[in-house]
Amino acid sequence: MALPDAEQTIAALADRMRGAVAFDAKFVGIYSGGAWVAERLAAMIDGEHPVGYIDVSFYRDDFNRTGLKPAVKRTELPFEVEGATIVLVDDVLYTGRSVRAAINELFDFGRPARVELAVLVDRGGRELPIEPTYTGARLAVARDLSIVLSRAEDGGLTLTTEAGGA
Amino acid sequence: MGPHGEERRELKLEIRNGRVIDPRHGIDRVATLYVAAGRVAALGAAPSGWSANRTIDATGLVVCPGLIDLSARLREPGFEYKATLESEMRAAVAGGVTSLACPPDTDPPLDEPGLVEMLKYRARSLDQAHVYPIGALTLGLQGAELTEMGELTEAGCVAFSQAEAPLTDTGVLLRAMQYAATFGHRVWLRPQDPYLAKGGIAHDGEVATRLGLAAIPPAAETIALATIFALVRLTGVHVHLCRISTAEGVAMVRAAKAGGLPVTCDVAIHHLHLCDVDIGWFDAQCRLIPPLRGTRDRAALRAGLCDGTIDLVCSDHTPVDDDAKQLPFGEAEPGATGLELLLPLALKWAAKDKVPLPEALARITSRPAEVLRSPAGHLGVGAPADVCLFDAGVLWRVEPAALASQGKNTPFLGLEVPGKVRMTIVGGHVVHEESTCWE
Amino acid sequence: MRNPQLSADGELTHLLTLEGLPAEVIVRILDTAVPFTSIAERDVKKVPLLRGRSVFNLFFENSTRTRTTFEIAAKRLSADVINLNIGFSSTSKGETLLDTVDNLVAMNADMFVVRHSQSGAPHLIAAHLNRTGRSHVHVVNAGDGRHQHPTQGLLDLFTIRHYKKGFRALTVAVVGDVMHSRVARSLIHGLTTLGTPEVRAIGPKTLLPTDLQALGVQVHHDMRAGLAGCDVVVMLRLQNERMKGALLPSVGEYFKHYGLTPEKLALAKPDAIVMHPGPMNRGVEIDSAVADGDRSVILPQVTFGIAVRMAVMSILAGN
Repeated sequence: MALPDAEQTIAALADRMRGAVAFDAKFVGIYSGGAWVAERLAAMIDGEHPVGYIDVSFYRDDFNRTGLKPAVKRTELPFEVEGATIVLVDDVLYTGRSVRAAINELFDFGRPARVELAVLVDRGGRELPIEPTYTGARLAVARDLSIVLSRAEDGGLTLTTEAGGA
Repeated sequence: MGPHGEERRELKLEIRNGRVIDPRHGIDRVATLYVAAGRVAALGAAPSGWSANRTIDATGLVVCPGLIDLSARLREPGFEYKATLESEMRAAVAGGVTSLACPPDTDPPLDEPGLVEMLKYRARSLDQAHVYPIGALTLGLQGAELTEMGELTEAGCVAFSQAEAPLTDTGVLLRAMQYAATFGHRVWLRPQDPYLAKGGIAHDGEVATRLGLAAIPPAAETIALATIFALVRLTGVHVHLCRISTAEGVAMVRAAKAGGLPVTCDVAIHHLHLCDVDIGWFDAQCRLIPPLRGTRDRAALRAGLCDGTIDLVCSDHTPVDDDAKQLPFGEAEPGATGLELLLPLALKWAAKDKVPLPEALARITSRPAEVLRSPAGHLGVGAPADVCLFDAGVLWRVEPAALASQGKNTPFLGLEVPGKVRMTIVGGHVVHEESTCWE
Repeated sequence: MRNPQLSADGELTHLLTLEGLPAEVIVRILDTAVPFTSIAERDVKKVPLLRGRSVFNLFFENSTRTRTTFEIAAKRLSADVINLNIGFSSTSKGETLLDTVDNLVAMNADMFVVRHSQSGAPHLIAAHLNRTGRSHVHVVNAGDGRHQHPTQGLLDLFTIRHYKKGFRALTVAVVGDVMHSRVARSLIHGLTTLGTPEVRAIGPKTLLPTDLQALGVQVHHDMRAGLAGCDVVVMLRLQNERMKGALLPSVGEYFKHYGLTPEKLALAKPDAIVMHPGPMNRGVEIDSAVADGDRSVILPQVTFGIAVRMAVMSILAGN
């Protein structure tokens, strides 16, 4: 199965968002892949799009089973969440659990006016009723493979597959 | 005398082909021991006209004098909930101990002839090991007034001691020693300065510093030793020093003996093997008095026992119930069970320090007998027939079920130790035997 | 003997002592505490990590300060917190320490935060839980006798790392009653584990324990000499009982020789930080000018303390 080119997919995603997304929408990237995509989109789409970062480790639903992840990053939202239009950005949408956690965390900062979801790749396999507002590409991937977005030293983004689901 | 006194006295025992070791007489050879009328009748060749009532095949076993333990707490009177005379006397003979001395820190303390008589009577009626009560040096062990040492001696006390109770008034100590010296009584003292030891629960060293435990410096022992030696010089009383624990202390005893002072000295079996590092993560089984000290001290204790500075080893048997040990280290009750471990741990020490078996056995038979001024502790003709038969080669695991004592509290739980007692004989009758097929 | 606070896989199941804790474990706790520091800045100062879990504060020794910080930390993790002040001795209640623990486990306790006047009490509890197949109930040592106060040690390490970035080039001085201080013991072990090249203890002989050098500490009785060139100065609290125990003659004499004044602090490096586990005795171990001065990081220590405790509880609860 051939993976799409990451850079081209981001461009496609940006095209779909341009004109549709609110002028003052704030982009919140879910670490780490979502954060890189959010930064790219903010640069590519005109308007006031400050970028925030969210680490969902404290809101995951599998804490009791797998414990705390070793490297937890700081959630940083350098803007007022109350009354804002937020676009959550993630690199790969799969079961939907990370997005659920991100929404819960977002709401602990304030009450947004609306929340939209932009994903680079939607691989299906949803376990929660969550759908993206904006999608870069749709893929069908075997359950035992995960799709990973990586960033090279020069900032270039690539999509690869790895063994181990999600 | 027991109900079957007459019959038992007549029992003639023939203990065949054991390795007979009698440290006092320098005997170490395979031979047959003959017992009659509660005493050793002969060794090697049968007495004329001999016919045995019972023959015991001691092939492969060591046959030695019954062990003599100079400190075993029997918990009566007063502490029957911890252990009873019955259980602890059974533990003694299971451990091959045929004579034991018990410290006066019972409840009430052994400061009255009536209490001593009762204890001796109870022990005699059980017809197992001989019990030598150590009387209280002062009334109630309070360190203020003298006890009736004469009356107590008549009731059966063989020496006088403060056990662990402090005697801070050196004037009282001097007079107690003078009074004892007048009548030839011996005084047993544990050298510990109560002020320096106050509140301390561990040896003053790196382990106590790391674990945050209140510490007892070695000076607590050396200062007390210096005081005791000075008073011995003044009074001429014979002092037996109980449970020496420091390297400095051993050196002082060595010098005192070289200077001709009438002192003897013992060490508790646990302190030969363990040191403060064994406390690990606050193991309350290692909460002992005196505290387990450093590796240097342990080495000095072993050397002192080898060269005779320390005369003998005792178990310092102290049964403590489970609940009293399942507490934070500082709150746990100090003490370890030991009657059944005296022989195995002595053998372990001998193996480690390459001490010949007869030398090692002397420390738990003939030497304690001398300090007690007891006729036992040897197998010469006419000696009381107190004999221990043990298998030196076998290892056994220290487990609660394997101990007859009610005290299961020992740092050696779960470990394997050498030496299993197969039979114990007191006054010519068999008081303990493993259920194997004797001939 | 295996460290009872680590599982067979090397995961932290209890936090009893910093002694023998691998550096990776300590660093992980410090790293995890970083994101927790920002929780206090949110509107909703909570994350749902310990939701539905019961944390029992088992305090056998009174301490409102420490208990409150643990309570805040647990509540910010959305845990249910139950406070039990057993008083000064478990035996005064008639029930043994372990019986109390068993009863609370039967009430579905998930975590115990234990403070006790006896060194080794949390170890006893943890060993009991491990032995009876209940190592999923976690024990956090909130101070046992003079043995350890690991969360305080960790927040001290966190504070030092926050201001000094690393440990490998530091000179740290701990001043005061090290003999009776569980805070000092924890800090010393943490510092040496993380590679601090020079750790000094400064105090009179009566207040410094034996064999401190064996822990890797340099001993100084002259405070001026001991402070020379230090990057971090940690002042320990002096308790009144020390005067009664014939360890010190008076507060005045102590302050003269071992109190931190601006003049003595000037002997340390110009950018040295001043720490104190609290509560402070002003004019006894520390001069107000220093306590309120710009080198003091005493108040940030308190804030970091909550984040560090949140990190410890989260890591334990997830293991």
